[in-house]
Amino acid sequence: MSRILFSIAIMAGTTYLIRMIPFVFVQTKFKSQRVQSFFYYIPYAVLAAMVMPAVFSSTGDTVSSIVGTVVAVILAYRKTPLIVVALAASLAAYLTMLVLPYL
Amino acid sequence: MQTFTQGIKHGISIALGYLSVSFSFGILGVQSGLTIWQTILISITNLTSAGQVAGVELIAANAAYVELFLTELLINLRYAFMSLALSQKADRSFHIPQRLLAAFGITDEIFAVASIQPGTIKPKYLYGMIGIAFLGWVGGTTLGAVAGSYLPAQITNALGIALYGMFLAIIIPPAKKSRGILAVIICAVVLRILLTIFAKWVTGGFSMILAALIAAVLGAWLFPVSESAEQEADA
Repeated sequence: MSRILFSIAIMAGTTYLIRMIPFVFVQTKFKSQRVQSFFYYIPYAVLAAMVMPAVFSSTGDTVSSIVGTVVAVILAYRKTPLIVVALAASLAAYLTMLVLPYL
Repeated sequence: MQTFTQGIKHGISIALGYLSVSFSFGILGVQSGLTIWQTILISITNLTSAGQVAGVELIAANAAYVELFLTELLINLRYAFMSLALSQKADRSFHIPQRLLAAFGITDEIFAVASIQPGTIKPKYLYGMIGIAFLGWVGGTTLGAVAGSYLPAQITNALGIALYGMFLAIIIPPAKKSRGILAVIICAVVLRILLTIFAKWVTGGFSMILAALIAAVLGAWLFPVSESAEQEADA
């Protein structure tokens, strides 16, 4: 096996084992209210920490990222379906990129 | 209602976001001296962004295998934690084979979207979401590796915000109803920004999970949720 293929195998194997071991071997459900609350909050915390500040550089340029973010926040606040918010943010960012050079 | 189709629906925005991220990974792979097939193979077998980029850089630099292993371990350690948390939400129909299969697709985004669902998670739902996200990831890599320099950059760039738009749509409506969720979100964002500014040595994946962990611990401590409150915010 070539060095590159072996390297890819190491990457894939390591990444898979990290994901697999806790998922397969830790199946007990935690009972404490604090621990359950923690697991209840963790996805919101992860999503929030993923969005900020990365969203402002997500399109490669700040102005279109901000326009897209504002559109997304307004639509999300009005409980618009996920995919509509995602596409509207992209469209707003795209239009901004097209228009910006002429402003 | 957690069906395969529902999983695909929830995974579409993830796939769109992945398309643009993996597109740039495809370009990077070929630029780093890998063949198109090797670049695609990495995306098929790894399904992770930061780990793949670091891996390609190490391969290009002729790094030792042990260095590659340790780097992947550090960058991807956050998944161990996410798997642990997701395991808490797994339905009874998750037996060892389903767990072995689904574990492959536990990415930051899949984890967050799946674990925010009310109640338990069914294997089919997770398969649908992972399947479509996987197609986006591998499809984007292929496009980037094969035709990276020919496609209009503005379109792939604009798709880069799709993922974040979806995340905002997930967290904002429940934050309107629950003070605890709102507090956790604000805390996570503030911590993440502080880490980004003041602790540059903490790499991206780490600063994300560190900010999230602290925010969730504070939330659980200050705003413990009862099961009825949980269902209320989910409704």
